Amino acid sequence: MTTPPPAGPGSVPAFSVSEAELAGLAGKLAHRAEDESLLEVAYRIVDSPVGRLLLAATERGLVRVAFEREGFDGVLSGLAARLGPRILHAPWRLDAAAAELGEYFAGRRRQFGVPLDFALSHGFRLAVQQRLPDIGYGRTMSYRQVAELLDRPGAVRAVGTACATNPLPVVVPCHRVLRSDGSLGGYLGGLEAKSTLLELEDRAVAA
Amino acid sequence: MMLPFDLAVRTHGATVLRVCRAVLGPGPDAEDAWQETFLAALRSWPELGEVSNLEAWLVRVAGRKAIDVLRARARHPVPVEELPETVVAPASDADGHAAVWTAVATLPERQRLAIAYHYLGGLRHTETAALIGSTPEAVRRAAADGLKTLRDRYDG
Repeated sequence: MTTPPPAGPGSVPAFSVSEAELAGLAGKLAHRAEDESLLEVAYRIVDSPVGRLLLAATERGLVRVAFEREGFDGVLSGLAARLGPRILHAPWRLDAAAAELGEYFAGRRRQFGVPLDFALSHGFRLAVQQRLPDIGYGRTMSYRQVAELLDRPGAVRAVGTACATNPLPVVVPCHRVLRSDGSLGGYLGGLEAKSTLLELEDRAVAA
Repeated sequence: MMLPFDLAVRTHGATVLRVCRAVLGPGPDAEDAWQETFLAALRSWPELGEVSNLEAWLVRVAGRKAIDVLRARARHPVPVEELPETVVAPASDADGHAAVWTAVATLPERQRLAIAYHYLGGLRHTETAALIGSTPEAVRRAAADGLKTLRDRYDG
């Protein structure tokens, strides 16, 4: 849009600024925003065995875990619309969540202790998602069993929707919910990611 | 404005930094003006309506912040004209382009501002003139003169 023309013979050299400089400035900005309570959502991106994950947190806790295939920019736009547009890359705000996920993926953690913010969920979906951590590490339940657990045996499809719209995958273990015939069902992060998580937990339990 | 603020920083951060540097030189003053620009934008962000040209809006804010710094400098004993040699630290620039910012900093103030807002910031001559209290024709001439000086310096 306003990028200066490239430097050719007889022209002015590029007015360049480096990525590292901009990252440094953006980091300092995020700290100042935090000091002035202008940071509504902090995010960072971490590597994992199921691909890069975007982690986002409000002041109340971890609010979103997103898979790369969801499209990080689209996820951030969604968070801006739902939670507020003052979103900044502030990785230090997600140190605890990143550390716990690292331990989980290394097979050294079976439960997550970081505070969770379920601001993105409501009603029956919220009720389902809040019960999912009751399915123990390395175990699975069918969509039907989860519906029965919530005294809503007819709500099998609604349980499926609640799992499919889980804003906190991996941490809230919707990957432990399968079809009654034992097949995988669906997963926001893709079926390969779902199997990877289930196999990881199987191995850690067997070890 | 419901756009994630982070996206505005990533998309327009470089342009705003170029504008601040052209006005203030490649030192900490430019970085301060950059911070003040984005903090001001962040404060008003949710209330800010849809802006048709967000970059131009940010450049105008940066222009006002940079001029604030210039005026503050003018009240201090060190004259602006002496800054390149005395105050402005070389930018820690991994690409080795710090020289161009130092060269811009040696231009007369009118030329620096015209280059900053019009050439680097993409504002129209009329907008630039309003921002720095000048006429569109004077802005056009100042930008051309400044760029010619830079070209001569880099050709030589």
